[in-house]
Amino acid sequence: MSKDRAQLKATALAVLRGIAPEVDPGDIEPAIPLRQQVDLDSMDWLNFLIGLHQRLGVDIPEADYARLVTLDNVLDYLQARLP
Amino acid sequence: MIDFKLPSLGADMDQGKLLQWHVKPGDSVKRGQVIAVVDTSKAAVDVECWDDGTVHQLVVQPGETVPVGTVLATLLAPGEAAPAAAQAPAAQGTTGPAPAGPTTAGPATIAAVAAATRPPVSPSARKRAQELGLAVEALQGTGAQGAVTLADVEAAAAQGAVAATPADRAQAMRRAIAAAMSRSKREIPHYYLSESIPMAHALAWLQQRNEGQAITERILPAVLQLKAVALALQRVPQLNGFYRQDQFDMSGAVHAGVAIALRGGGLVAPALHDVQAKPLAQLMRELADLVQRARAGSLRSSEMSDPTITVTNLGDQGAESVFGVIYPPQVALVGFGTVAPRPWVVDGEVRALPLLTASLAADHRVTDGHQGALFLAALRELLQTPEQLETT
Repeated sequence: MSKDRAQLKATALAVLRGIAPEVDPGDIEPAIPLRQQVDLDSMDWLNFLIGLHQRLGVDIPEADYARLVTLDNVLDYLQARLP
Repeated sequence: MIDFKLPSLGADMDQGKLLQWHVKPGDSVKRGQVIAVVDTSKAAVDVECWDDGTVHQLVVQPGETVPVGTVLATLLAPGEAAPAAAQAPAAQGTTGPAPAGPTTAGPATIAAVAAATRPPVSPSARKRAQELGLAVEALQGTGAQGAVTLADVEAAAAQGAVAATPADRAQAMRRAIAAAMSRSKREIPHYYLSESIPMAHALAWLQQRNEGQAITERILPAVLQLKAVALALQRVPQLNGFYRQDQFDMSGAVHAGVAIALRGGGLVAPALHDVQAKPLAQLMRELADLVQRARAGSLRSSEMSDPTITVTNLGDQGAESVFGVIYPPQVALVGFGTVAPRPWVVDGEVRALPLLTASLAADHRVTDGHQGALFLAALRELLQTPEQLETT
């Protein structure tokens, strides 16, 4: 994992912990759907994406929500669009 | 020597947790004075002393959970000398007679259940208390009308007030929910209806509406549902209000109690006010704020006391439908399941369409299935024309 990606992952997990404080970042499997691992309702999920948008400045159109399922999906998506 | 015992504070209480002492050995106390705070699992309760006297020894320490009837402290009666070995100061020559009559023969304590009249707590104080793990109900407020302020919380923390563990709070909340739901099932003759609602048009409309909007301005389907409930209630207002003292008080305004699951268990259903009168964008902002504050434990008293109906949405994790338990004194609960493609007949042909199952639990003391069915029909119709939910 490149340094950038590791940093990105740390940011994403920090945002996630802001919403779900009970999460242990070490327990998140990056290839398994996030919402299978963490109890997130649609408001939580929206807040997760808003948090990523605000921290990283990446626009996430609603049409792209369906592609963001696992942590890897999220990191791939962000990495491709970082300003 | 007078024993100050843990009183029973209700038929369902067999033990209590001492949260805080308001007195220390050597303090003189008067009959009726609040000297301890005890958590009964439903609420923190101020416990009063039933005798005049002087505190001799605090037997139970804050944080301990003990059965009803346990001696919490011993008091010296007026004029009584401390036992020779005791460190406590002797009673200061008080010579008055011991309280006469049934008080001395009766229980050593009486309790004041103060939940209904508890002083207000400022949102910042509640949030800080939760961060610190303090039971905010047990704190002494110094603000206006005895309100507990941020400074009170910080002061209590500095003095090492007892923290309630998350497990304690979860268990207490579980019991409080059980008590309210038991009452509901005991007192309210529920009836249940459900209706499948095609959502293709509403979702397409919402998608178009959200397109091009900044992520912070986008609206969730839950907001459409809340607004549709509020407008449907304008047509069938007999489902919106309170049943109290054997009569129904209808409410014109729809204060939707939004069921919010708390992380770590339990739920609250605080009110989103005047849903019928607010545009979708405003409802979305207010819902996001309400959810955030509900989870931070900083709800306002009005939000807890005045929901006129409850709306619960269990569709996020895949429940197809929900048949809820009405939250007294309300008379109805609307439940939404998950929106998912299901077979649906259009023009004599079966097609896969996104469907939503809406359900109604309502109170037979106020309405019959006929009104309930009218409500669900109105709800379905409103969700077919999402344009009219936007501003009206």
